[in-house]
Amino acid sequence: MDIFSNLAMGFEIAFSPWTLFLAVIGCFLGTIIGALPGLGPSNGVAIMIPLTFTLGLDATAALVLLTSIYYGAMYGGRISSILLNIPGDEPALMTTLDGYPMAKQGRAGDALVISGVASFVGALLATIGLAFLAPMLSRIAYQFGPAEYFALYLLAFSTLGGISSNNQAKAALASCFGLMIAMIGLDPNSGMPRLTGGNLHLMDGVDFLVAIVGLFAVSEVFFFIESHGKSGALGVKLDKVTVPWRDIWETKWTMLRSSVLGFIAGVLPGAGASLGSFLTYMMEKSIAGEKGGFGKGAVKGVAAPEAGNNAAAGGALVPMLTLGVPGSGTTAVLLAVLMTLNITPGPTLFTDRPDVVWGLIASLLISNFVLLAMNVPMVKIFVKILQVPPAVLMPGVTMISFVGIYSLTGSYFDLLLVVGFGVMGYVLRKLDIPTVPVIMGILLGNAMEKSLRDAMVLSDGDWTYLFGSSISTGLIVAAVLGFIAPIFLRRFLTKPQRVSD
Amino acid sequence: MTNRLFKALVTSAVLGLGATTAASAAECIAPANPGGGWDFTCRQIGKILFDIGQVDAPVQVTNLAGAGGGLAFSTVVNERNDDAELIVAASSATTTRLAQNAYGGATADQVRFVGAIGADPGVIVVAADSPFQTLGDMVEAIKADPGSVAFAGGSAVGGFDHMKPLQVMLAAGFDDITAIKYIGVDGGADAITQTVGGFTQAMTGDMSEIVGFVNSGEVRVLAVLTEERVPGFDDIPTAIEQGFDVVAVNWRGLYVPGGISDADFQKWADRLQAVADSAEWKQAMVDNGLAPFTKVGGDFQSWVDGVVAETEELSRKIGVIQ
Repeated sequence: MDIFSNLAMGFEIAFSPWTLFLAVIGCFLGTIIGALPGLGPSNGVAIMIPLTFTLGLDATAALVLLTSIYYGAMYGGRISSILLNIPGDEPALMTTLDGYPMAKQGRAGDALVISGVASFVGALLATIGLAFLAPMLSRIAYQFGPAEYFALYLLAFSTLGGISSNNQAKAALASCFGLMIAMIGLDPNSGMPRLTGGNLHLMDGVDFLVAIVGLFAVSEVFFFIESHGKSGALGVKLDKVTVPWRDIWETKWTMLRSSVLGFIAGVLPGAGASLGSFLTYMMEKSIAGEKGGFGKGAVKGVAAPEAGNNAAAGGALVPMLTLGVPGSGTTAVLLAVLMTLNITPGPTLFTDRPDVVWGLIASLLISNFVLLAMNVPMVKIFVKILQVPPAVLMPGVTMISFVGIYSLTGSYFDLLLVVGFGVMGYVLRKLDIPTVPVIMGILLGNAMEKSLRDAMVLSDGDWTYLFGSSISTGLIVAAVLGFIAPIFLRRFLTKPQRVSD
Repeated sequence: MTNRLFKALVTSAVLGLGATTAASAAECIAPANPGGGWDFTCRQIGKILFDIGQVDAPVQVTNLAGAGGGLAFSTVVNERNDDAELIVAASSATTTRLAQNAYGGATADQVRFVGAIGADPGVIVVAADSPFQTLGDMVEAIKADPGSVAFAGGSAVGGFDHMKPLQVMLAAGFDDITAIKYIGVDGGADAITQTVGGFTQAMTGDMSEIVGFVNSGEVRVLAVLTEERVPGFDDIPTAIEQGFDVVAVNWRGLYVPGGISDADFQKWADRLQAVADSAEWKQAMVDNGLAPFTKVGGDFQSWVDGVVAETEELSRKIGVIQ
């Protein structure tokens, strides 16, 4: 098979000392970026772009550096999820649900190791999948039209009520907040501004990173101020890190299932890592049933989303490389870099620039092993970074978040928005309203609205168009069931933990 | 490699010194994030300006994304109206949005359009298995049943990609243009995905967006909207030779602040002409699927005025503006 000769060529490129060095640096920086709340893979990669240009890196080297930061951030995101209950980045949201309870039970080390291994499995399988399936999987995108996308987003929203709150009405309310905020900006159909109050800064809408930093990081600072700094930033202790072999072995099927599902979620353009971790968590939760103890520190609840979001990160590279359609926020940034380097991703990239593609795949494989080493035996180094006293850490995190946001958008207006979202997050959390659906609303709202309106344009307003294919019908049925079923099943189910707090 | 880092450091140090002593370096604002067409315009033109000695310090590129270019436009108009060392990347999208009042009340006459030195030809594309063999086939099908053909493109409704099929239908004598279906998706690649997947029947976009898909045989180009066939794509017929008098190209160019002197305006026009004539730019055009399209100085300004008026009229017809 020529895939092996291609891989051999890739490894030849990847094993040059310079490329290896970049991969290791990228992994290290990426993990830190992921671990720090507020700084996620997309702003992490965005921050590093100027550096790659300054260093004059060629296409392969630049891609290797940036994708290892991307993968590293996906690994690192779990660290603050588990230790601080603040997702280090948005795909690590789901890891807080069981990771933090585990840490509170004194099993922080176990949670970190298991999630590290799950990340490794997910990312490794996804990279292998990328190598073998990229040309084939790129065809999946052709099965998804507006109706199918709408159904997919609907599924994401309706199942949200089931997990993120023990009160579906509050979760639905929070989703609506998110959707309302998503409406701000340019009307996706007419391109005309709406709900902006004539403010040019609002014309592009509210960046979900701004909302995440505000709702999670800044509101955390407000809570910290309220408690007069008595509570430590690290709510949990991490003494010794040992490898819980038994737990890892028991979660092997969870990791494998989640990797496959996460990878598929990543391949779908626009879905990305957040949806990947979200869907895998839901899947494992329903497989485990009430005895699974999800939300209370279930080992599988840590393994599933981490395998899922890392697999999705690899999957998201498939449509980016083969179609030029980014599957996530970070791949959109990577796509921008590729275009700047005069490489046009698309169906012919694999034949036109095999050196770039296979060099990238090979170095991703290598990065994965580097990351496993950094994130399991050496995880304490990164924990140390989070272990500085809260009085230093919280302002420091805020500062880094602000710098990150400013570097991404270059606009002071977004900094004001961050503070605004911080206040909003504080109020919502006081009222016991989950903040996760707000983020989901902002993240997916526009795409969801757009696909619904496109479907209506194509069908002349005929709503049955939404049920036009078996894919869309199946997704919509699953969505309705996902929203209604928990209401009837509630009395049989143990109440899940709240997401925030 | 440390060598390069060192060089970069030295360069920035020298630049920093230069800024304080000599005339400050020119700045090019790309009103979008790195990677898009405007960013390309700034980086390529900026680099070539320095390489061919038109400016004595590298042009600094600033990405000022927001509001589809509106944020950069208002910044230039309100804060840097007399900065003679400032250029801003622009394209057809800039004039379309200005014509449709999408920049919060700003108008095209608040800045001066100094020149375009390349263009991305507009194309109408169908999936490889489409029943339409020529542009005429498609026009006839739309005339028979306007709802039977839906277009996908990379711009919003009323945007440049939407205008292209409308102009073709107007040229064919079909006036009921609001009946033509169009959905705007995230860029040309996405529009092609929708078309190959059969959700829309045709794609409207720029040549550079479709090159990869044409080479892989997934789509066919019905027409390119240029005056002549595009070099390198000689087998693709133009709309004009198929009997539809439409030219729609996404030009790549620059505007400068409205308050600068005529001498400064002319200085930038001359510099741009020098870039257009350089071998470096010709190579960059080939690499990026751009067709030659050079208009600078006063010529360009009057051409832009015409385009803005035309777009305004068409936008009014389809109800994007009142």
